[in-house]
Amino acid sequence: MNRRKFLKIAGMSSLLGVGGFSVANTVRNELEASQIKSSPAALTAKRWAMVVDMSKFKSPEDYQKCIDACHRVHNVPTGSDDPKQEIKWMWTDTYEHAFPGNEDEYLAEKVKHMPFLLLCNHCDNPPCVRVCPTKATFKRKSDGIVMMDMHRCIGCRFCMAGCPYGARSFNYRDPRPHIDESKENPEFPTRMKGVVEKCTLCYERLAVGLEPACVEAAKEVAAKNGTTPGLIFGDLEDPNSAVRKILDERFSIRRKPELGTGPSVYYVL
Amino acid sequence: MLENAIQGSRRYWIWVFFLLSVIGAGFLAYLYQFKYGLGVTGMSRDVSWGLYIGQFTFLVGVAASGVMVVLPYYLHNYKKFARLTILGEFLAIAAVIMCMLFIFVDLGQPLRVLNVILHPTPNSVMFYDMLVLSGYLLLNLFIGWTVLSAERKEVAPPKWVKPIIYLSIAWAPSIHTVTAFLYAGIPGRHFWLSAIMAARFLASAFAGGPALLILLALIVRKYTKFDPGKEAIQSLGKIVTYCMIINVFFLGLEFFTAFYSQIPGHMHSFVYLYTGLHGYSKLVPIMWVSSILAAVALFMLVFPQIRKNESLLAVACVATFLSLWIDKGFGLVVGGFVPNPFEKITEYWPTIPEAMITMAVWAIGFLVLTILYKVAIAVKEEVVFDKYGERQIKAE
Repeated sequence: MNRRKFLKIAGMSSLLGVGGFSVANTVRNELEASQIKSSPAALTAKRWAMVVDMSKFKSPEDYQKCIDACHRVHNVPTGSDDPKQEIKWMWTDTYEHAFPGNEDEYLAEKVKHMPFLLLCNHCDNPPCVRVCPTKATFKRKSDGIVMMDMHRCIGCRFCMAGCPYGARSFNYRDPRPHIDESKENPEFPTRMKGVVEKCTLCYERLAVGLEPACVEAAKEVAAKNGTTPGLIFGDLEDPNSAVRKILDERFSIRRKPELGTGPSVYYVL
Repeated sequence: MLENAIQGSRRYWIWVFFLLSVIGAGFLAYLYQFKYGLGVTGMSRDVSWGLYIGQFTFLVGVAASGVMVVLPYYLHNYKKFARLTILGEFLAIAAVIMCMLFIFVDLGQPLRVLNVILHPTPNSVMFYDMLVLSGYLLLNLFIGWTVLSAERKEVAPPKWVKPIIYLSIAWAPSIHTVTAFLYAGIPGRHFWLSAIMAARFLASAFAGGPALLILLALIVRKYTKFDPGKEAIQSLGKIVTYCMIINVFFLGLEFFTAFYSQIPGHMHSFVYLYTGLHGYSKLVPIMWVSSILAAVALFMLVFPQIRKNESLLAVACVATFLSLWIDKGFGLVVGGFVPNPFEKITEYWPTIPEAMITMAVWAIGFLVLTILYKVAIAVKEEVVFDKYGERQIKAE
């Protein structure tokens, strides 16, 4: 909208006595329209999903590379002085903690100690979205990503009570002192104290045609190990997608599917 | 009528300034929390709600319990409660104000609180909680003030206030039901995922709230000329007794389901709270204090001979109130978060700033209550006789 058009709308609406309201609305609609105009290079899907192929990770460092890639690109503070209040978007835990209720005394020793890579499940029916009183967390209609608007979040932490996967972190303090400025990614905003955050499946990278940071890191790990990547990313509703192909072939599990949340992260051993 | 709040005895002003100093200290603690963030509290990733939300939950119950005097009086024409209703309504006002403040101090971004109204979200229980709490506050302010003004002018309350009173009677259980729904609809938190949660909340509220009201009535009678009535206090005592029995019964039902089914997830929180789990037992002592107080209270309440002695009734009410305050204002919220979704344990205990802020909110509540009661009692003292012609002011 140019200046002339703005003045025209402003003048007309003042004359009609509707004042600033219609101007603000028109301007807002145009701005929103321009904001959601996606790049032709953007990666799109009906419902994004991820498969974690545990057999492709050979050492704890392999997992750590994916975690570091995620945390670096999103300016997740590290080295917080209180681990009870730490922020994490991606981390690992053992089978008995990742899949509580399924634990088994006689589980294969190998599986028992496997560090399962954990992140937001981007549920099909997310309880966090259901409980949020301000729509600060919402499921994106176009591709099912459970998004976070850190500028709208009031910090009530209802979503943290609602999430059965412990995937949400709250900024109990200003995160900036715990972000190494020399490694800061200027492309992604740092957060302020008092808001909740979590994995957003790298929506900002998908928008410019890049795969999520962890998926990219898993590819590097695979190249080093001489395997196929341990993180497979794709459209769950496309029968020809990489995730659907692997789910067709291999036995997979999800975390707490009995809760009806419909997690979009699958694990194959 | 409000002018009565700015004239009072020496004792009145000492009490007011004591409350103001607690509020002042808590306000400084809040400024610290506001600057640093909620990291000054004992809350964590795993226990993301603590004392603030516990107190909020408990006080919604106190607010709702006003209906226990309003309902018998207005629906059943139970005349003995005529003098108590205003105390019940004004207690509800103070309690709702504390509820709102506890939510406010618990927010990470308090300046964005209006987002709840700017972006109304009907799928969130929090949205309804805001609606019912604000509504309940307005209803009680409106009714309390109108009825008290009428009493001051020694005329019958206007007719149009009746339907509003009936609305407030229906409204009261709704505020606590909605508060229970904050917890009872969350998948994966077994301790809270109980269909009986709202019923349990109401039972404990209708025991704890009236217990507090009895204590307040006794204090009012001791320090002012206004007498809320011996029989009214005894009737309230019966209400506390029945509701406390129902509350303990409901808690027993929760225990049965958890421990007879033997489903680990359903047992874990109870085990953590009452005996400790995997070596973590920070809450065990206070949960047992709560249980013992409940047993003592029940014992004293069920025997009419004990209950009829007002000093013993007061002891029973203190026990009831403290027991429920620990159980609902602390254990219920923390217990739901332990163990966490990974079946690991992070313990919680409030910090000093958190405790100071909590005390300040209570002090604000008591200040509001003091002012409202002062106004109400000043009116009563002037009128001398209640609307049924009985003397409500002690003879000199």
